[in-house]
Amino acid sequence: MADETRTTSAEGSTGAGERPERSSERPPDRGGDRNRGPRPGGPGGREGGRKYFRRKKVCKFCVEKIDAIDYKDYRLLGQFVSIESGKIVPRRLTGVCTPHQRRLSTAIKLARNIALLPFSGRAS
Amino acid sequence: MNRTYELMFIVRPDMPEEEQDKLISTLETAVTSSGGSVHKVERMGKRRLAYTVRKFHDGVYILLTVEGSGPLVHELERRLRVTEPVIKFLTVRIDEAQKRLDKIKKLREAKRKAPPAPAPAETGGETAAVTA
Repeated sequence: MADETRTTSAEGSTGAGERPERSSERPPDRGGDRNRGPRPGGPGGREGGRKYFRRKKVCKFCVEKIDAIDYKDYRLLGQFVSIESGKIVPRRLTGVCTPHQRRLSTAIKLARNIALLPFSGRAS
Repeated sequence: MNRTYELMFIVRPDMPEEEQDKLISTLETAVTSSGGSVHKVERMGKRRLAYTVRKFHDGVYILLTVEGSGPLVHELERRLRVTEPVIKFLTVRIDEAQKRLDKIKKLREAKRKAPPAPAPAETGGETAAVTA
């Protein structure tokens, strides 16, 4: 739950307007309070997201206005896949927006099925 | 009821060119005989596979864009399954995605042709949001 509100507020500009109002009681403690909250895996689960949100990442597909994510374009898809394990990288790390992440995920799975991307391991 | 499909299959790397052509022409005749049409045939060449498929590390990729009905695709896949040199195939339906893309493109063209029209509407919408 805390994770959801955090990511949605980091995304849009309207979220940035809302945040100072909500946490006006304890502005410097915002991130720290969430980390000490009911989630014990908070500090471990957030890579690089310390107390304040990291600089806003924009969705690459929205910026370049790419609508169709083709499964044949393995070079583009390979940017959103972990290099070591071949896993699909979560969108909080890549900054992709939700509809594009869903399309990207189906495209990656199609590419894996046709041996353009590996299921696991490094792409040789 | 005409749907557009993209049929991609991988052939063994040691298959000679003429046999590839024969296979493609067999598929094409199967398509046309059941009332479909082949839009294009693309040979993507030999590529290294991301994982071993039936003990092969490389394969020749061939892409076929076909317009036809569902049973036609069923028939094509059956043929591919039976053909020995074909080691993997994948069929994707693309007419819905194409329709969506065309719609988005049309909207973009319309927006670009009428830039003054949305501008006053936007400012009116912004002021309304601020008061709300």
